[in-house]
Amino acid sequence: MVNADIPDRTGGAAISAVGLRKNFAANTVLDNINLDIAPGAFVSIVGKSGCGKSTLLRLLIGLETPSAGTIASPALETGEARIVFQEPRLLPWARVAQNVEVGLGPRAARGDPAALEALTRVGLGARGADWPAQLSGGQRQRVALARALVSKPRLLALDEPLGALDALTRIEMQSLIEQVWRAQGFTALLVTHDVSEAVALGDRVLLIEDRGVALDLAVDLPRPRHRGDAALAAIEGRILDHLFRQPAAGAIPPGEAAETKPLRED
Amino acid sequence: MTADKPSPLAAALPWLMPLGLVALWQISASAGLLPARVLPAPSAVAEAGLRLVQSGDLQQNLAVSFLRAVAGLLIGGAIGFALGLMNGLSRLGETLLDPTLQMIRNVPHLALIPLVIVWFGIEESARVFLVALGVFFPIYLNTLHGIRNVDPQLVEMGRVYGMTPAALFARVILPGALPSIFVGLRYALGIMWLTLIVAETIAANSGIGHMAMQAREFMQTDVIVLSIVIYALLGKLADSATRLLERAFLSWNPAYAKA
Repeated sequence: MVNADIPDRTGGAAISAVGLRKNFAANTVLDNINLDIAPGAFVSIVGKSGCGKSTLLRLLIGLETPSAGTIASPALETGEARIVFQEPRLLPWARVAQNVEVGLGPRAARGDPAALEALTRVGLGARGADWPAQLSGGQRQRVALARALVSKPRLLALDEPLGALDALTRIEMQSLIEQVWRAQGFTALLVTHDVSEAVALGDRVLLIEDRGVALDLAVDLPRPRHRGDAALAAIEGRILDHLFRQPAAGAIPPGEAAETKPLRED
Repeated sequence: MTADKPSPLAAALPWLMPLGLVALWQISASAGLLPARVLPAPSAVAEAGLRLVQSGDLQQNLAVSFLRAVAGLLIGGAIGFALGLMNGLSRLGETLLDPTLQMIRNVPHLALIPLVIVWFGIEESARVFLVALGVFFPIYLNTLHGIRNVDPQLVEMGRVYGMTPAALFARVILPGALPSIFVGLRYALGIMWLTLIVAETIAANSGIGHMAMQAREFMQTDVIVLSIVIYALLGKLADSATRLLERAFLSWNPAYAKA
């Protein structure tokens, strides 16, 4: 199925990883990972807590150096990769608009109209003069998203950005992320512990297990996708089956796996 | 909190206790229960203040004390802040200097008074040196502590978003350390007055402490009490100044923002 409504994706940056390995002391977290990610793709990375999915993400955008192997992406060479962390990581002593300006990099000018534009895109155009402490958790994460988007990155990494949010805010944020991805055309990498979120947003879902990519599924479904859609549920079921190695009879309802609290991986 | 302005009654509440005490003091002194030799009446203290203002002695001594305090604070505070920054940002600096500084910190700085008199005599430099030494440690320790406790996640964010080391310092590390630095400043202000009082009482020929010691020789208890009141007011003034600074610089922090 080809989605005619998806805009030109030439703005996104491809990533290619060959023979990636990452050791922490004597412990090998990831080994022999080979990946080719198409420009503009939305790739979800799932796996159990501690499987190394966040490490893979951090490797792919150059936050960690691989113990072996290489990563190549035009976005890394030009500094056009951005990340949204699980915590908003806003500067509490800077106003919301100044926090977004941080995303413009060292040459940012105070009062750059791009900051307001990015804030408006995440629905917080009127909150630029507030302190981060005056916002709710979901709003702070939106500001973090605006900060990541303001420089128009070609690669956006999302490291469990919705893990700390309540269920309703999470659904809102998911559609916001999908909407900005469709509008700006960057390559998106989303690490999540929520399999249904991974399937709802990704063109492709990678399951990390035993130091490698255990499953690499294409999710070729039209957008926007509807929660509870049978085709989505089928893909979700396949991933969960693989994770728990149990028959598809629904011994573990998808929702339950999605609601388990994430453990910190770093 | 719904009211923007506290009612006059609520505003007067904190003053009730001190004013009551002063009234009680005045009444017992007027009634002859308190001999003036032990504790002169508040009115007598006020009269002494008026007398000293008219002669110009009070202003002169006050100015001398104030200048000593500020000079010591600026010198000791600047060195403490600089070393705190240096050791907070560099492990090598901390390894080289911190153990020595911690050792010196455990010597009560007032114990150095005999040595300081030998070194400087009872010159101005002796008092300023003691004040500087006293304020150095709280500022040094709290600057170091503040920098060490800046959220590492914010520092990582700054690096990932391409901040230069200078920008990282100005936008992340220093603002993050500022609340702790202000705590240090408050401690330092307390120590500043304490040190100055002791130094002026023991070895000085001017200043509020000297004024009090001179009054003791002539049994002028009113002037002694006046000196104590002035020290209390100066301490309060320093504290209020810090509060204002905190409100100006830490308004992002709900704990310091105006209620």
